[in-house]
Amino acid sequence: MSEVTLRATNVQKTFAGPKGSSVTAVNDMSLEIASGEFVAMGGSSGCGKSTILLIAGGLLRPDQGELEIMGTRPYEVDSTRRASIRSQYIGFVFQQFHLVPYLDALDNVLAPTLARSLPDAEDKAMALLEKFGLTERRHHVPSALSVGEQQRVALARALLLEPKLLLADEPTGNLDPENTDSILDHLVAFAKEGGAVLMVTHDDLAANRASRSIRMEKGSIVESVS
Amino acid sequence: MNLRRLIGREILHRKLSFGIAVATIATSVAGLVAVVALLGAHDLRTSEMLMRMNKETSSMEEKFTKEMKVYEDSVRKTMKGLGFNIFIFPEGQELGEVYTQGFASKTMPESYTAKLAESKIVTVNHLLPSLTRKLKWPEKERTVILIGIRGEVPIAHRDPKKPLIDPVQKGRIVLGHELHRSLDLQEGNSTMFMGREFIIEKCHRERGTKDDITIWMHLDECQELLEEEGRINAIKALECNCASIDRLGEIRREIAGILPGTKVIETESKALARAEARNKAKKHTQGAIASKKAEAIKLKTDREQLRFEDEQKYTALLTVVIFGTMAWVAFLAFANSRDRQAEIGILRAMGASTNSILAILMGRAFLVGLFGTGVTILVAFLLSDSLKDPLHGYEIKSLRGHIPLVFLFVPLLSCAASWLPALQAANRDPATILRNE
Repeated sequence: MSEVTLRATNVQKTFAGPKGSSVTAVNDMSLEIASGEFVAMGGSSGCGKSTILLIAGGLLRPDQGELEIMGTRPYEVDSTRRASIRSQYIGFVFQQFHLVPYLDALDNVLAPTLARSLPDAEDKAMALLEKFGLTERRHHVPSALSVGEQQRVALARALLLEPKLLLADEPTGNLDPENTDSILDHLVAFAKEGGAVLMVTHDDLAANRASRSIRMEKGSIVESVS
Repeated sequence: MNLRRLIGREILHRKLSFGIAVATIATSVAGLVAVVALLGAHDLRTSEMLMRMNKETSSMEEKFTKEMKVYEDSVRKTMKGLGFNIFIFPEGQELGEVYTQGFASKTMPESYTAKLAESKIVTVNHLLPSLTRKLKWPEKERTVILIGIRGEVPIAHRDPKKPLIDPVQKGRIVLGHELHRSLDLQEGNSTMFMGREFIIEKCHRERGTKDDITIWMHLDECQELLEEEGRINAIKALECNCASIDRLGEIRREIAGILPGTKVIETESKALARAEARNKAKKHTQGAIASKKAEAIKLKTDREQLRFEDEQKYTALLTVVIFGTMAWVAFLAFANSRDRQAEIGILRAMGASTNSILAILMGRAFLVGLFGTGVTILVAFLLSDSLKDPLHGYEIKSLRGHIPLVFLFVPLLSCAASWLPALQAANRDPATILRNE
């Protein structure tokens, strides 16, 4: 039986708006993602997709509700322990890649070891680069890489510490179809290997590659299709 | 991946930003080195000036000592050939009284002069008996000093000598300056004194002494007027001499053998005048040396004051420079952390703690301080030899003992300046950063 990697229960998040108004980004939302599951989350802009991703990543404390990642509750511990939970269980992939501009591909992949040391980190990073077809590009800085290569470096970086949960915020948003397929292939493979993926996307084709697709509206899940 | 590697790569990536920060720190350290060097140069210059002045003083003293020795030898030789003057006063005369009123109140027989002249005395040359009194010139209502003099009494056993002082003729008087000036008397005038008429033989020029109110007349007439016939109250012996060092002692012994009980004192003489001149010369030279020494002390005080003022000025300037540097480094650190927001956000998302982010930013700040110090110290040491002359011989290399302290202090200062921007960056909410990026 699959283990629950992420469990969000009745999570709510409201942001202060202009002139005393407020915007409810996530409204009493509950979600479970088990290991081996690849969940695509869609919905219109501002429906709360990215907010739920940040909450799930232990980066944004919800106003209400509970969150569990691999049985731990990141918002019930201090920030240092929360950072440690992130490094232990979670990998992030962003639409803008957020690679460190002055580090080459290899060092970017190794960057998470600043948060948590990993035995044979360089070998593992090299293995990931090879897996993503970047061996020859390992000493290139991000500005010398194509966007597809940059996203693959970002994905390799997210996977280095062997996370249980991969949170991807429109990872294919800037990519051409070929690179989109490549990234999605890797996300699918990660899920097949026992990882859990929560991917925010506007792209229906990308969403179709997921094992479950959910659609959000006004901070709530309005549809979930397996 | 480790912190050092990350910091190193970031520095290489943002060379300009790092270079500006390093240059800022280097300027500040250069200011510090310059202040220390300038103060050191000031001290060296002061020592140099004082040393030169002390050398000049020593040289003056040495020269003076040599010259005085030669001069004293010469004076001693000259004095051997010079006589000196003595006064012989009556038996029982209090010398204190002589010193206070200028003459003896007691008298002695005038025959003492003859007795001395006829003796075998060898230490005395010219004998001048006199009778002196202070009294009121009755006709003029003026207080005067009356001196009766006879001129030299020849010493019998020697060849007659030329009288040293011309005696006043009987019926004539000599007047001091104040007397003839205030009484409008001139040479050749006749005037009454104690009921007797005298012709004014001579009017002295102003001497600024009691001589200005003195009347000189023949001893016989003086004795008659004062009813002291055959009496005198002093014998002046001029140009006395003897071979021994204790000349006055020897003369006293000889006179005591002839005129027991009389008192002998030395009075102004050429020898004394010369000794006095020598003392004045010595005093003058010592004054010059003292003045030179005082000048050295004043120079030292002035230089110390100048140093104090310079030190205050430099300290104020350096404080401004240090605070300016810290502000600028803080601004650069703030700009750097703002440029690295996305990087910081993603590192936080990956699990890097606040302390790790702080370590990255503070490590960079430390290196800014380290490089800034290193650059300045290196340049200062390379220029040390060329700057030696303008710095009055001060060697910047002599600061090497302080280098470890500077290498510790300046990077810490750089860290302190970067602390707040770094803390702010490390504590920024990663979710906010990632959402905004």
